[in-house]
Amino acid sequence: MTATSAETLPRATGERAGRPGPPRRRRTGRAGYAFLVPWFAGLALFTLGPMAFSLYLSFTDYSLLQSPHWVGLTNYRTMFGNDPRYLHSVGVTLRYVVFAVPLKLAVALAVALLLNRRRRGTGLYRAAYYVPSLLGTSVAVALAWRMMYGDSGTVQTLLGKVGVNAPDFIHNPTWALWTLVLLAIWQFGAPMVIFLAGLKQIPADLYDAAAVDGASWWARFRKVTVPMLSPVLFFNLVLETIHSFQAFTPAYIISGGTGGPADATLFYTLYLYQKGFGDFQFGYASAMAWVLLAVVGIVTAILFRLSRLWVFYGDEG
Amino acid sequence: MAEQVLDRPAAVPLRRRPRNLGRRLAWHAGALVGVLVVLYPVLWMLGTSFKPAAEVVSSIAPWTAHPTLHNFADGWTANPNVTFGRFLINSTIVAVGVVVGNLIGCSLTAYAFARLKFRLRGLFFAVTVMTILLPYHVLIIPQYVIFKQFGWINTFLPLIVPKFLATDAFFVFLMVQFMRGIPRELDEAASLDGCGAWRTYWRIVLPLCRPALVTTSIFSFIWTWNDFFPQLIYLNDTDKYTVPRGLSLFVDQTSAASYGPMMAMSMLAMVPVLLFFLAFQRLLVEGAATTGLKG
Repeated sequence: MTATSAETLPRATGERAGRPGPPRRRRTGRAGYAFLVPWFAGLALFTLGPMAFSLYLSFTDYSLLQSPHWVGLTNYRTMFGNDPRYLHSVGVTLRYVVFAVPLKLAVALAVALLLNRRRRGTGLYRAAYYVPSLLGTSVAVALAWRMMYGDSGTVQTLLGKVGVNAPDFIHNPTWALWTLVLLAIWQFGAPMVIFLAGLKQIPADLYDAAAVDGASWWARFRKVTVPMLSPVLFFNLVLETIHSFQAFTPAYIISGGTGGPADATLFYTLYLYQKGFGDFQFGYASAMAWVLLAVVGIVTAILFRLSRLWVFYGDEG
Repeated sequence: MAEQVLDRPAAVPLRRRPRNLGRRLAWHAGALVGVLVVLYPVLWMLGTSFKPAAEVVSSIAPWTAHPTLHNFADGWTANPNVTFGRFLINSTIVAVGVVVGNLIGCSLTAYAFARLKFRLRGLFFAVTVMTILLPYHVLIIPQYVIFKQFGWINTFLPLIVPKFLATDAFFVFLMVQFMRGIPRELDEAASLDGCGAWRTYWRIVLPLCRPALVTTSIFSFIWTWNDFFPQLIYLNDTDKYTVPRGLSLFVDQTSAASYGPMMAMSMLAMVPVLLFFLAFQRLLVEGAATTGLKG
């Protein structure tokens, strides 16, 4: 506990080999906590504290104007029993996740396989395909999407030229969500570069051996590429799934904040925003946030559990 | 399959067969068409921002025969109270604040996790990694209540201050991974020379971490520049608006006349991101490949 001696010790006797261990450890121990002061503050003030607070709020009725008052499970009961819009938003989000994630990953993998050559220009193509991932979630691109898929937009005009009478996708309840799915697929570049990095790790002799055995392209893909790439595939799957559940900006911009037309793009997060910052039902919105956290947690756990069946880690032998 | 074995001598591995020119050209052509399809929306935005009003709607070409700067002039002053320049300045302030905050907060934290020994280090690091996956929406309402208590609503502080406290756990993780790769002998030598933890951090580890710091800076900047949700919640007055908030004002204007200016300002909003990309292309893509950094 002698702080002064512990701090002056290394300076005084630092070069001596047989310096006793404990004081030095205590010193670095204290330094460790000192360096973590900002982290502790951030965790308490902006992460764990708010999480606990939000859990409490989820059992209350709270509107910022008066202090929260305890209502027990009412918010949760309303969500699942008495709020069709809520259940609808769950459906919209699930549909989005179920379609956007696999399609995006499929495109990413396909392009990665095609690009995986040692040829000049590969780096340039890879970079070009990555650009949408940098821009895709921005308001700027969402506005462009709204125009391109809207009434007399680019897509409608283009389809008209080949004789297809296309609707105004943005304002059509059947189609609106698919424009968002397409926007997600457009950002296939981020998982693609991860796939490419994974493909580079696969030893060439595996393919050579397969070729010697006369394996077809498809057999090589299924028996070599997929198992060797499965950890990367799994990583991408988890990451994209978690991100997709939280998608917000494109739906907000494309629907003008309403989740329309006819709630077709009412993402979970968008409804949460409307409840929290439109109606100022902070208790209800907190309950929604906790259900989202639970769902994301459960889905991630399921993905991890299922991964034992198909993800192949080389070191398992 | 049997045929394949026959017509290909087994001793010549498949991948090293000389490719013929035709196949190579086809591959390049395919890749180029792909690039055009993928980048079409961006090119179209660029073209549209220079189109005269009559051409904006229903024109699918990403170019125009009559380029004009009208859209930029109109878009710049589309808001009666503040120009788009204000939004650009505000976004720059927020983004630079976040970059500085992340550099300081995350590097201090990462140094402790990567280099110092203390009790519960493993647990704390596990907590940090878990918060990476924590949906922001769980925190937004209580954070809003807290910042309201602080009187910080309608300021940039809720967007910047938390970053100084290492709340962007992803970058902590990134830096820890990087610092673990720096030879420990350097620290030990510094320690023998009488360097304390602070001086080792500042003089030895931080300078060697430059690649991780650069990656953190670029991604912090781009993410903050594009970020919308927190800015939507915390910024109320138009003169406090950032670029994404300023752009979202165009959503309410549905007249076709506003489309050109809208695309011009959207293009302007993307310029910093695109410039960063051109300057640090390799680093960005490599970073994305090795760490799963999202765009």
